Amino acid sequence: MKRNVPLLVAIIAGFVMIVAYFIPYTESWQDKVSIWFDVLASIAFILGGGNLLKIQLKKISEQSAGWGYAVITAASFLVMLIIGLFKIGAPPHQNYLHMSWSGDYSETGTPFWWLYEFAFKPLQATIFAMLAFYVASAAFRAFRAKNVEAFLLLGTAFIILLGRTAAGPYLTNWFPDWMSGLRAQPLTDYLMQVFNTAGSRAIMIGIALGTASVSLKILLGVDRSYLGSGDE
Amino acid sequence: MLEFFKTLDRRWIFLLMGLAVAIPILTEAKFPESAGSLSQAVFNEIEKLDEGDKVLLAFDFDPGSEGELGPMATAFVRHCCEKKLKMYFMALWPVGNRMIEENITKVIKADFPDLVYGRDYVNLGFKAGNEGVIKIIISDMVQLYTTDAAGTAINSIPMMTDIDNIRKMDLVINVSAGYPGTKEWVQYAVTRYPEDIRLVGGCTGVQAPLLYPYIPEQLPGLLAAIKGAAEYEKLVLDKYGHRDTDGALVEQGKYLEGQRRMGPQLVAHVLMVLLILAGNIIYFTERRRGGQR
Repeated sequence: MKRNVPLLVAIIAGFVMIVAYFIPYTESWQDKVSIWFDVLASIAFILGGGNLLKIQLKKISEQSAGWGYAVITAASFLVMLIIGLFKIGAPPHQNYLHMSWSGDYSETGTPFWWLYEFAFKPLQATIFAMLAFYVASAAFRAFRAKNVEAFLLLGTAFIILLGRTAAGPYLTNWFPDWMSGLRAQPLTDYLMQVFNTAGSRAIMIGIALGTASVSLKILLGVDRSYLGSGDE
Repeated sequence: MLEFFKTLDRRWIFLLMGLAVAIPILTEAKFPESAGSLSQAVFNEIEKLDEGDKVLLAFDFDPGSEGELGPMATAFVRHCCEKKLKMYFMALWPVGNRMIEENITKVIKADFPDLVYGRDYVNLGFKAGNEGVIKIIISDMVQLYTTDAAGTAINSIPMMTDIDNIRKMDLVINVSAGYPGTKEWVQYAVTRYPEDIRLVGGCTGVQAPLLYPYIPEQLPGLLAAIKGAAEYEKLVLDKYGHRDTDGALVEQGKYLEGQRRMGPQLVAHVLMVLLILAGNIIYFTERRRGGQR
């Protein structure tokens, strides 16, 4: 029961989506399934939040390695959740002043806005910005022209790195018109539109074939790994 | 000397990168930009529209990618305002709604106060469901959007009355930092209704190579990373920017962010090239000396 019902739901939903694509009469069925999917996706937020809390609390209670970080994660999650959910500090909507909960929780000046603006936003931007430092260090240590393939990769990287800034045109615009294809901008465009596109298309077709094969296995009930081990 | 570089502490590289980014920011260094074909195509797609045409702006990014995508989002909103287009904002990323709010405040409320919410622009906010949302709104918008982001009933918003699906939009503009994003818009909206839905996009640098296969049939134009933003920003300002009596551009910093951020990018890219070259010189020198296996 625990495995068969989800299996049946997946098979029915999958076949409805396929049938609806080919038979115009059944087109509206596809919308119905998509709406169910969106409802489930919204509910999955609750499941995800609950799971996050469960894992962090388990770490804290067992005092396993890095449990201090779990305290910060759980506390941050709960603070944002409570402030947002209960609209703490949010003024009521101007049309419904008698209803204290009618306001927008993220309005400028509210505690939720403050947390987003001065904690979440700078933290997320900082983590992304740190990539530049690690990429520079890794490039210095690991990017070596050890063979022909690596040499080609290195050459392409130089062209793209310089071609995506004003340095590229500055360094290469002296090429005469009959050699204009060697200027940074057209060369970058050529690499992206020809070599990159050809490679990307090949990968995409491969992925699509793989997806179709895995989907068929799921729809026919051959692959049941997405249902979990069933041990819990 | 070789030994010093071979065992170079990574903190020196961090310091160099820090300086490469900080100095152009502090000196406000700007470099000339010329629009590439893809940025020009994005600009032309919006230019083709007439006053009152409907544009869906889907902002699918977060503060982590604001550095790359924020300036192009701002330029898109400014361009739509200048063209007097009807703007419908939505997001498939939970934080996308904040990005929309920021741009509404920064551009529409600050510089186009005559535009009225509900008549000239509306924020439909975030909806969970990723590509599932796209699949529904291409055929039935009201099934999913019963209110706007602030909770106002959709049927009481004047500019929503004749919108039953996004095929009614004259153009879809997607600014995305990953999944769900431009790829999903291409696959689930444009591919399904190629005659009805026209899409242009803006994306991060790492995403751009994956979107090139869709150009130009499914995706007529694409702004790739901050470079694309700077080029598009320049095109918008060349046509709509305010100028003083001498013809010099007089614009607020928020509309020049893309071009400003190209300064640190240029110096950081040059540093990367130099670091890679230095690393390879060390490698080949060592190999020649027989130090390498």
